[in-house]
Amino acid sequence: MEFLSFLVKRVLWSVLVLVGLSMVIFVIARVVPGDPARMALGPRASPEQVATMQAELGLDRPLLQQYALFIEGLTRGDLGKSLLTERPVNDDIRETFAATFELVLCTMILAMGFGVPLGMIAAYWKDKWPDTAVRFFAIFAAVTPSFFLALLLQILAGYVLHLLPTTGRLPNALEFEASWTGLLLIDSLLAGRLDVFGEALRHLLLPSLSLAAATMGQMARLTRASMIDVSRQDYIEAARAFGIPEWLRVTKYMLRPSFVPPLTIMGLEFASLIGGAFVVEMVFAWPGMAAYGIRTILQKDLNAVMGVVMVSGVFFVLVNLTIDVLVGFVDPRVRIRGRR
Amino acid sequence: MSALLSVRDLSVDFTTYGQTHQVLHSVSLDVPAHAQIALVGESGSGKTVTMKAIMGLLRQPPAHIRSGQIIYDGRDLLTLADSERVALRGTAMSMVFQDPMSSLNPVFTIADQMSTILKYADRRLGRSRSARDRMVRVHEVLSQVRMRDPERVSASYPIMLSGGMRQRVLIAMALLSEPALLIADEPGTALDVTTQAQILRLLKDLVTQRGLALLMITHNLGVVRETSSYVYVMNRGRVVEQAETATLFSSPQSDYTKSLIAAVPRLTGGTHYGTVMP
Ligand SMILES: Nc1ncnc2c1ncn2[C@@H]1O[C@H](COP(=O)(O)OP(=O)(O)O)[C@@H](O)[C@H]1O
Ligand SMILES: [Mg+2]
Repeated sequence: MEFLSFLVKRVLWSVLVLVGLSMVIFVIARVVPGDPARMALGPRASPEQVATMQAELGLDRPLLQQYALFIEGLTRGDLGKSLLTERPVNDDIRETFAATFELVLCTMILAMGFGVPLGMIAAYWKDKWPDTAVRFFAIFAAVTPSFFLALLLQILAGYVLHLLPTTGRLPNALEFEASWTGLLLIDSLLAGRLDVFGEALRHLLLPSLSLAAATMGQMARLTRASMIDVSRQDYIEAARAFGIPEWLRVTKYMLRPSFVPPLTIMGLEFASLIGGAFVVEMVFAWPGMAAYGIRTILQKDLNAVMGVVMVSGVFFVLVNLTIDVLVGFVDPRVRIRGRR
Repeated sequence: MSALLSVRDLSVDFTTYGQTHQVLHSVSLDVPAHAQIALVGESGSGKTVTMKAIMGLLRQPPAHIRSGQIIYDGRDLLTLADSERVALRGTAMSMVFQDPMSSLNPVFTIADQMSTILKYADRRLGRSRSARDRMVRVHEVLSQVRMRDPERVSASYPIMLSGGMRQRVLIAMALLSEPALLIADEPGTALDVTTQAQILRLLKDLVTQRGLALLMITHNLGVVRETSSYVYVMNRGRVVEQAETATLFSSPQSDYTKSLIAAVPRLTGGTHYGTVMP
């Protein structure tokens, strides 16, 4: 019950945060210099044309009224029209969101799937060479900008070694419509198209690896610290005295209580993953929402920018809510008392 | 007479930050089968180190067993391979942990933790039983430690149980595979006096009923009086006196023992030797 009320509180907070986010972004987007109408029409448009377009976009009205209009549209699920693509922002986001979602999901799985075991290895061989190696990797991964890693991987694995494709989600020649979830990995399996699944996976590897590296290092560091802390607890010594084999003590008795900090931080890291996705999507010509966001910001395409930010915000909130539930599953103390 | 457990001239060093100091000085003690023996001494005297050496739980380094023998059932444990020592844990000898609040894994149910212990103990003994039979055994032992509702307790996480209940769970864990020797390191000292008294009575009853040998480690002479027939007094890593329990109280020999006995009534405020029974 404590846990349920904890979750409800989190949801209410999240709604508040999203409202706050919408206001901040709305103001920032309008305060930044540059006239959207002028940019859309180009330098050769007449002042009258610009004025007409401004009126059309509602840019001549007071800021508060503009915000009210935006919120009104939002409640109807209508994000307005994009200046860049001249299509409803809803359609643009619907098409690009799945690509980003798939990329970020794959990134999180990579970051956890490799970061946590690396942290375990480092903790188990604390102060020995595997620990040194993992810590070196973690620092290296943290300080390497994702665009640099993206370019490096693209050149090495793509152009030099010809191991993996370097652009897009699928080869152009491949006919496939992801019509159920928009996630190629899932839709291809649902359609029984293993060839598409394999190609989608190959295309995902380099972008998600570039995006995952920093978080992977972070996960490794956190897991290491957490495992070392837990390994000193009485209950681990007790498990040893009761004859629980060492591999089980490490993979079960120590891992599960150590798992909460990396899991929680993963949720927060998600924000920087979205940020990093902008860059990675540009490098790998990934048809995602982050790349769309970049292009629309450069154009001061206000509706599209707001749409991308709000959808990212909701995405962030949902991911963190899922993680809250997972934390409760991993650690019964959270479920029972609402805290650790 | 040969004892079930016999520690002979055990000396242990610890090395920390390049400094080596000797923590146990030629400690000898005997625990005959079915006997209830106490090891008493103030905090820091080396009781836990002795216990860990017996259980094979000392980490080397920082510890180093300089010399001595630990003979269990005719075999010197210090000459056994690691795997052979592990095989004895929980099956030949078990220990009851001191702090019930920190000795149970917070994220697994009691049933999970107990049946895992049983599973690997069975394996070491070359036995096997189904998961269902393991649960039957878990519930059986939980009711033997006087737990009223074994099904509910076993389905609980540690956080849902009181300190006294957790301590009972720890005793049940030690008893799962019917060891011949139980080593209890200050059991219940983390609990309130009443609960501690119940725990001690429970331990004593269990040990008597089953004819187990008990090595009771404590800093409390009251506990010695209640639980043991023979006692070793330890001070600064040395056994300074050993005697029948009654003899120790009636005519203590060493100054250290005398000072321990003198300290008891003042600490508990009673006129008897720190009796823990309410
Ligand atoms: N891991 C360790 N490293 C260094 N010294 C230790 C360690 N464990 C115990 N000691 C030393 O051994 C002595 C005896 O400790 P211990 O057996 O825990 O005492 P007791 O259980 O009687 O209170 C203490 O002086 C302590 O400093
Ligand atoms: Mg101790």
